[in-house]
Amino acid sequence: MTSIGTGYDLQNSVFSPDGRNFQVEYAVKAVENGGTCVGIRCKDGVVLAVEKIITSKLLKPGANKKIATVDRNVGIVSSGLIPDGRHFVSRARDEAASWRSTYKAPIPLAALAGRLGGYVQAYTLYSSVRPFGVTAIVGGWDSAGALGVDGQVGSGPSAGAGGKIPGAKAGGPALYMIEPSGSYWGYYGAATGKGRQTAKSELEKLGLASGNLSLEAGVKEAARIIYVAHEDSKDKEFELEMSWISSMDGPTKGRHQEVPKDMLEEAEKLAKTALEGEDEEETTAPEGETMEE
Amino acid sequence: MNHLPQAWGRPRDDVYGPYDASYLQSRLPQTHTQSPIVTGTSVLAVKFKDGVVIAADNLASYGSLARFTDVKRLRPFNSKSIVGIGGDVSDMQYLDRLLNSLDVTENYSSTGHSLNAKNLHTYLSKVMYKRRSDINPLWNQMLVAGLDGNDEPFLSSVDLLGTTFSSPTLATGFGAHLAQPLLRKVADDESKVADITRERAVEAVKECMKVLFYRDARSLDRYSIAVVTKEGGLELKEDEQLEGQSWAFAETIRGYGRTQEA
Repeated sequence: MTSIGTGYDLQNSVFSPDGRNFQVEYAVKAVENGGTCVGIRCKDGVVLAVEKIITSKLLKPGANKKIATVDRNVGIVSSGLIPDGRHFVSRARDEAASWRSTYKAPIPLAALAGRLGGYVQAYTLYSSVRPFGVTAIVGGWDSAGALGVDGQVGSGPSAGAGGKIPGAKAGGPALYMIEPSGSYWGYYGAATGKGRQTAKSELEKLGLASGNLSLEAGVKEAARIIYVAHEDSKDKEFELEMSWISSMDGPTKGRHQEVPKDMLEEAEKLAKTALEGEDEEETTAPEGETMEE
Repeated sequence: MNHLPQAWGRPRDDVYGPYDASYLQSRLPQTHTQSPIVTGTSVLAVKFKDGVVIAADNLASYGSLARFTDVKRLRPFNSKSIVGIGGDVSDMQYLDRLLNSLDVTENYSSTGHSLNAKNLHTYLSKVMYKRRSDINPLWNQMLVAGLDGNDEPFLSSVDLLGTTFSSPTLATGFGAHLAQPLLRKVADDESKVADITRERAVEAVKECMKVLFYRDARSLDRYSIAVVTKEGGLELKEDEQLEGQSWAFAETIRGYGRTQEA
């Protein structure tokens, strides 16, 4: 890096003459080495998936979860420094709880992403702190129906002032990605971590903007993309962790939950066969030396 | 000469005797709830061999006025527990939010364990006892119904003093006087629970809801009823109508201003 030795990267919140904040860029580097995370916004829900590199054989399989639940309807997964990610999740939980105590209703995803973006950005402003070493994917489902206020006991007037608008629809699936700079965007498909480039190009192929991908298909795609993105670091073993959020009348009833075990295994099996298929196409050499999975 | 501002413009102590300083207080002593305002009446519940049935009517009264007639007083917690709440409705709303936030924080970890009805009852009893010890009680009596850690039927009560007790059949409020004796005919002892079918339990609860509607002036004929079983989870119906009412007995009542035979 040409910037090294110029002195502008020694302190947080300092601009270089060409308008860069190097500490933030270094934080992005920390993220780029993290396990690949993928989020897909499907028509009837959101899927989150993460490649969990197994750093020791002594770690218990299935333990040390990387996807966290924030409010009932929100999940967060992040690449980069794990403790930073934990603190980020803890802040998200506080924001969601504080929203509930003020407004007596779950926090909308857009508001949560905004607050988290603001929080992360504050860590780029002061010399006494360092930026967050995580890029986080925040997924959730904003309830589409007229949601009761927490603690509500009656149904209120059926029409007129304070009444309900028949057939009114709001909410739906939401997916945001928050970067170390504090900037955040809403996505159809989001990827971060080591395999993000591969994952992004795979996500683009899904045509998510048309809104046709179902949640069940999204689970399978997310698993496949994590497997494809892992190809470049094949020497390392990994574990796939996935969670999902559906609409109120979908399989998770508007809640953020782990993808059921049998469904996860099914998706993994499909991902592996899809990969084998690709390998055969690439190495149609007479020896037919396919890599063993 | 007294230069203290609170003495300005007041009668001199040396001439008129000591001034009553309590008039100088800018605020009243802090007080807490002395009585409930908007209230829900009885909650009934019966254990049967596979689960628990619980019911409460949909009325919130403001004194003797039937103020709100679509109030849900059975608050589901999760698939294996539900709380029926009688007493002050605003305190019920507070408790509902408290349980809501408890459920959110309980689901942060994905261990696959969830709070059962017994855990929930313990939690609520601690909340209620803390509040009564602060001399600021939540003016409610609650029945917690559902399944315990072994998926066995669980039913227990907690009130505004933090008092807890359990029985195969329970009723709060007016129901404790009118319904409990009838429910004890169904099961007066824990050993009887194994012989009670779901149908028998539901029928007994419905019958008692009817008796309560006849005799409790703060009750309503629209009610909520829930059944918790291991197989079916939580089945909640929130807008039921009392069936088979007969007011023929009213003719036989004497008193309340009625002086002559009909």
